[in-house]
Amino acid sequence: MEIDVRAGLERLAERLGGAGATLTEAGRLSGGASMETWAFGFEGKGGPESLILRRRSVPFDPETARSVSLATEAALIQATGANGARAPKVRHVCDDADGLGEAYVMVRVGGETLGRKITSDPRFDAIRPDLARQCGEVLVPIHATVPPAGLTLKVSDAQGELDRYWDSYVMSGAQRPILELAFQYLRRHMPEPVEPILLHGDFRNGNIMFDPEIGVAAVLDWELAHIGDPAEDMGWICTNSWRFGRPDRPVGGFGEYADLLAGYAAAGGRPIELSRVRFWQMLGSLRWGVMCLGMYLSWRDGITKSVERPMIGRRVSETEADLVVLLEEGL
Amino acid sequence: MITHPKTEELAESVRLWIDEIRPTLDPRNAFLARVAANAMATIARELTQGPAAEAAAVAGMAGVLGHEGGFADLNAELCERIRSGELTRETPGLLAALTVMARDQIAIDQPSYRPEGTPAPR
Repeated sequence: MEIDVRAGLERLAERLGGAGATLTEAGRLSGGASMETWAFGFEGKGGPESLILRRRSVPFDPETARSVSLATEAALIQATGANGARAPKVRHVCDDADGLGEAYVMVRVGGETLGRKITSDPRFDAIRPDLARQCGEVLVPIHATVPPAGLTLKVSDAQGELDRYWDSYVMSGAQRPILELAFQYLRRHMPEPVEPILLHGDFRNGNIMFDPEIGVAAVLDWELAHIGDPAEDMGWICTNSWRFGRPDRPVGGFGEYADLLAGYAAAGGRPIELSRVRFWQMLGSLRWGVMCLGMYLSWRDGITKSVERPMIGRRVSETEADLVVLLEEGL
Repeated sequence: MITHPKTEELAESVRLWIDEIRPTLDPRNAFLARVAANAMATIARELTQGPAAEAAAVAGMAGVLGHEGGFADLNAELCERIRSGELTRETPGLLAALTVMARDQIAIDQPSYRPEGTPAPR
């Protein structure tokens, strides 16, 4: 059933802003395959409000989904925010009365999320040298948050992640010697087990709202949150596919490893060794390579039709070009 | 193969046409059109650079495996012998061969990509 989002937003304006509140703006910002983001605003009893609606456009299957439900996502944003994390403010979690399906509303945060702007736009030249340290700092209250009782979160360590991506790779039927060698190498260099904690799960340049004056404004896109190794969040933001043309700056294309690690430790995080981050970074490239294969398969198998999918399949070779260098360098 | 036009020229002409009509499209279709234009460019590069890349890959894999063969067979055997643990990062010549293969493939798929280890742009 097609949902009329605009009509739903008008109802939300009245519900949140009081009787007579009307929409002053509404527009779709971006579309992932299964998630929609809308910016909207209204003039209510308490004054004007600028908000973001995040809603799932295809039904959620908790059995097969890698992501958490939007209600869980909202609960995690609130819990980490209460613990001092730079997370958006949740304004409302939608229910049946809203007629918008699975969705929640958050307060709009100003800033920039486009990765290439963060790495290259002169507006960020002044703040850029601080960003890696800030990224280390902002991870600490996320990692220190005790997930609210009753939430279902997946638990996965290095072995679990490696096994999961191996299964996906084997099932794809692809034969890629560089990916094979990366799997073999990582299996032989597993980090020591560590106390598992709450992770953002998709902590990378592109999912962080940056402000040219203050730096990190908010950490967004919490759908892959899970319980695991804290170094996973650090390795992912160091994965070259998210450095947006600046491989010479290992953290997100804007900063240095030492600053990320120092920021984390200075904010009270348990110190993490660089080799551990490098393990997860390499696993990050492998993860993205296997994900790209999966996106191609969803097209081949007729699940999605967009021309975007087979082209993403051709991005496997970017991860191979990164992996051969990482294999040469070692952890 | 006929040469007037060559297949890669057909692909290039479609790419140029897509770029021409892109400004007339709504944002979603403009984005997809850009992806489609990139796909045509990849096809053109594969047609022109693919044969040399495949020949280099075959030579590299044959060197590591110690015998001749076609691309698909050598590639499958290489994967199998890495998977079994027989070939490793330390195997002489393996990483060098894989590095050539990766470099040639990214030059076809995404020549603007700057892999790990690329120095800062000047």
